[in-house]
Amino acid sequence: MKIGVLALQGAVAEHVRLLEEVGATAVPVKKVEELDDLDGLVIPGGESTTISKLMHKYGFMEAVQEFGKANKPIFGTCAGAILLAKQIQGQDDCHLGLMDIKVERNAFGRQKESFEVLMPVAGVAADYPAVFIRAPYIMEVGENGQVLAKHEDKIVVARSGHYLAAAFHPELTEDTRLHKYFLDMVKEYRS
Amino acid sequence: MVQVGTSRVKRGMAEMQKGGVIMDVVNAEQAKIAEAAGAVAVMALERVPSDIRAAGGVARMADLSIVEEVLKAVSIPVMAKARIGHFVEARVLESLGVDYLDESEVLTPADDLYHINKKEFTVPFVCGARDLGEALRRIGEGASMIRTKGEPGTGNIVEAVRHMRTMMSQIRKVQAMSYDELMAEAKNLGAPYELLEAVHKTGKLPVVNFAAGGVATPADAALMMQLGSDGVFVGSGIFKSENPEKFARAIVEATTHYTDYELIARVSKGLGTAMPGIEISKIREADRMQERGW
Repeated sequence: MKIGVLALQGAVAEHVRLLEEVGATAVPVKKVEELDDLDGLVIPGGESTTISKLMHKYGFMEAVQEFGKANKPIFGTCAGAILLAKQIQGQDDCHLGLMDIKVERNAFGRQKESFEVLMPVAGVAADYPAVFIRAPYIMEVGENGQVLAKHEDKIVVARSGHYLAAAFHPELTEDTRLHKYFLDMVKEYRS
Repeated sequence: MVQVGTSRVKRGMAEMQKGGVIMDVVNAEQAKIAEAAGAVAVMALERVPSDIRAAGGVARMADLSIVEEVLKAVSIPVMAKARIGHFVEARVLESLGVDYLDESEVLTPADDLYHINKKEFTVPFVCGARDLGEALRRIGEGASMIRTKGEPGTGNIVEAVRHMRTMMSQIRKVQAMSYDELMAEAKNLGAPYELLEAVHKTGKLPVVNFAAGGVATPADAALMMQLGSDGVFVGSGIFKSENPEKFARAIVEATTHYTDYELIARVSKGLGTAMPGIEISKIREADRMQERGW
């Protein structure tokens, strides 16, 4: 199983390390052609405005949209979830618009309000260490979507078919369970 | 239980900035240009370092109305500088909602002996360092991110290169040491033993390490990335150049694709003149900002 981590900006090495720990071959992706032989893709945490600008510049928008439409799984964490979403609160446009969710950016406040908490994630863990950094949250999940975790009534992990989005940063922990869950998704869609 | 201001939350914030460019700005208009160019954060200042250097006198925390104006203008994180040791300036900036504080040698130090006890704060800090010992002392005090000091406001990359090379070389040396040698090395470097032990085990600093102090061109940014920086601060280099918007975009691209020389060539063409530079030997020792901090 070969999984790419979009490496334009953000916490790339951390995702690579956790994916390798659960048995995937993980590679940073800086050029569009590197998407070709991947079975799945992770869009990491970082600054969504920066990553989006660089994606536009290098033709990643269309390429990742095609990747998603070819039924290849994509996992977005924090900024990655914003990039995947079909709707962004307060904005007319979106970025990739692949996943049927609506998100609000910086929904928990500024850095001094950033936090960590142990929370249950359905089908993944009863006590997942979730690190929220200037995090977004998921306001709505489309018809076929599943809510996997909530924090104080706000949706923070959701899945819709072969798309997975987390508002927090699994890459900042040593916990591999969410990456294992994603790897299982990739296996499911590959077969 | 929800916990704010943990070391994971503070260090994690810096992890999210990796591979990015943090730009100095002095008003809302510049902040918007920086955001549109793809900056991962902006540093809100009253004056960029080259103007601070030119003005002389005592440089303090920025006018708070500028900081507030910048906070309102952009959705990316906003940083601000407090004087070394001036924990009240730091608390005031924290109360405004600034996302990251720089306890910075660019401003005139407020304490000639002690840095701020940064562990006490909810907001994370970045600090400058010239070598591994200085970096680990700052991390020991609670810094969640390190940057080279370089020589701010000069547009001259030589000091940032020296500081990054020194740190990387010392890290490699510590990694290769036997366990028996670590305590003596902690004494030599003036570094906390436990942090030096972590460097020995992992072969890297326990926090993100950016380049700062002299970055003026896209090639400078790519050079610092190749020397091992996790990202780049650009102070005077953008808004003291002939065409700030183009410079900002070009430096962002060169930082992402720091080994792609054709791309760096392409983005570097037709940029106009970079900021005016200063030869380090022409700056009196007493005026070198990198000597501030202990």
